[in-house]
Amino acid sequence: MPKLVSHPDEVKIISRRFGQGATNIDRYLELGGYEAVKKCMAQGPDWIINEMKASNLRGRGGAGFSTGMKWSFVPKQSAKPKYVLVNGDESEPATCKDHLIFLHDPHAIIEGTIIAGLAIGAKMGFIYLRGEYRYLLEIMERAVADAYERGFLGKNIFGSGNEFEVITQSGAGAYEVGEESALMESLEGKRGVPRIKPPFPAVVGLYGGPTVINNAETIATVPHIIAMGAEAYSAVGTPRNGGTRLFGLSGHVERPGVYELPMGYNLKKMIYEVGGGVRGGRKLKAVVPGGSSTPVLLPEEIDVGMDFDQVGKIGSMLGSGGVVVIDDQTCIVEFALRTITFYQHESCGWCIPCREGTDWLKKSLTRFHAGFGVASDIDNIQYLAENMLGRTFCPLGDAAAMPTAAFVKKFRKEFEDHLDGKPCPFAKHVEMAVV
Amino acid sequence: MSAGDANPERMSVFSPRLAARFDALVKKYPVKRSALVPMLLYAQDEVGYLSDAVIAEVAARIGLTEIDVRSVASYYSMLRFKPAGKFNIQVCTNISCMLRGAYELYERFQDELGVGHKGVTPDGVFSLEEVECIGACCWAPAIQVNYDFHDDLTPDHVPGILKTYRGKAQGAEGTATRA
Repeated sequence: MPKLVSHPDEVKIISRRFGQGATNIDRYLELGGYEAVKKCMAQGPDWIINEMKASNLRGRGGAGFSTGMKWSFVPKQSAKPKYVLVNGDESEPATCKDHLIFLHDPHAIIEGTIIAGLAIGAKMGFIYLRGEYRYLLEIMERAVADAYERGFLGKNIFGSGNEFEVITQSGAGAYEVGEESALMESLEGKRGVPRIKPPFPAVVGLYGGPTVINNAETIATVPHIIAMGAEAYSAVGTPRNGGTRLFGLSGHVERPGVYELPMGYNLKKMIYEVGGGVRGGRKLKAVVPGGSSTPVLLPEEIDVGMDFDQVGKIGSMLGSGGVVVIDDQTCIVEFALRTITFYQHESCGWCIPCREGTDWLKKSLTRFHAGFGVASDIDNIQYLAENMLGRTFCPLGDAAAMPTAAFVKKFRKEFEDHLDGKPCPFAKHVEMAVV
Repeated sequence: MSAGDANPERMSVFSPRLAARFDALVKKYPVKRSALVPMLLYAQDEVGYLSDAVIAEVAARIGLTEIDVRSVASYYSMLRFKPAGKFNIQVCTNISCMLRGAYELYERFQDELGVGHKGVTPDGVFSLEEVECIGACCWAPAIQVNYDFHDDLTPDHVPGILKTYRGKAQGAEGTATRA
């Protein structure tokens, strides 16, 4: 069972019910559950969307797009049914926050889904979990069944005359399916290859109907925003970055775990105070700030507020909020190789720059790390990575290219130290068996 | 004869429980085909892998061609066309786990089991797999045995984990024999 951690600097909004037995529907109700959805039914769709806009909630999957704006793009009138799709395919390395939400607070996901449905005029919502999360899917399924039994879901929710159905769905192993258009393909029973945009899902989405797709953390936040008020929620974060985030501290940190901290919380403080610093009193070498796809930061760059805008300003991304701490005993070439190995494995092969680019980057880095690199490889890796950027249907190509380019740019010396048959100063695992 | 004409009852490799689950699942969606991905996984859970018979039956039940089902199945990393061990040990070696000793853990599993990536032990009890991120990064290094998570591990945990599952395998066999 994943360990829950806490720190005095935490502001517990989304994680408020963690460890409180809220998987039980009665307990969830005791803790104020399903009050937000009732408030929303009384206030109506325009009010909900305005609250969401005012809250400055931005998508927790990684892109950071305004949730209220996204909802407002769905046309009011539609010939085809509209849908809400909750993305719980959580697969970005270093990210395990949704894992805890499904485990501890499944009804918050259901409640958020209903609210999203009320806001856009949808009568059906899907909650998609990655296939590996079977035990969490079972928790979700039980929660959905309980909600049906109470009349919170179904033909006449809360006796209001409104209809809302929720369907839980299991994936079967695919990072790419976390991309919203690939997610819809998978849910339609197909290979998870992305769709070209436009049209955007808000207009043409699942089964061709207008669809809102939100990350599980985003959806779980919605009832809390409605309950506490958009203004109060927004006030917790920084300008244009409302509220809190579940930050996941992992890697060489003394106290790894998922911590809920206000948006804009200082990264250095997060590592040294919340996380207790680098494990074993070692020196910090690098930090990946928001999941494996986000460009690496050097120790001198980490005095930064963790919100979408501030991290963007220094050339990286807040991403999924998964912070990876890397100590000075780590080989960055190996770390870069492990990262690209992942993206090569997960590239769906639909777009050539991504399919070929990730493969060549993996080959180059494998050879390089094994000591057979030549000087021109360093520039070639950079060149390859830069030429993948922006040339694919979905962001997986960028997700592979961005960190690779940053590793080479910021740790060029370490790449040069691997040249001319020099053994890796840190080498332990040259072979990577994942195929 | 189109794939939809096949009579699933006549050739069923699904247990009655699985068939019932499928029937319930397929009714939920606006489009029947949406049941395909989870159904393949549930069928694999029961049969052990996606055998020709499983592919044929899923195709017939949803009304798709077998080649269409195979095309979809080949996309997803958890779906397999060959049997695995009764307990499939999946060791995550992605970045957060790697930094906390996942490769040492993976090597220990290899040593103890005498098999490598996607290998199956001769007795069929275990198979081993190096996998990508399983979403347990803050409790690294982590593994899954079938669907069960084990986290915060060191190589010294390996013999105990294997012993537990070996016991479960023997227990299951004992039950079967007595029955």
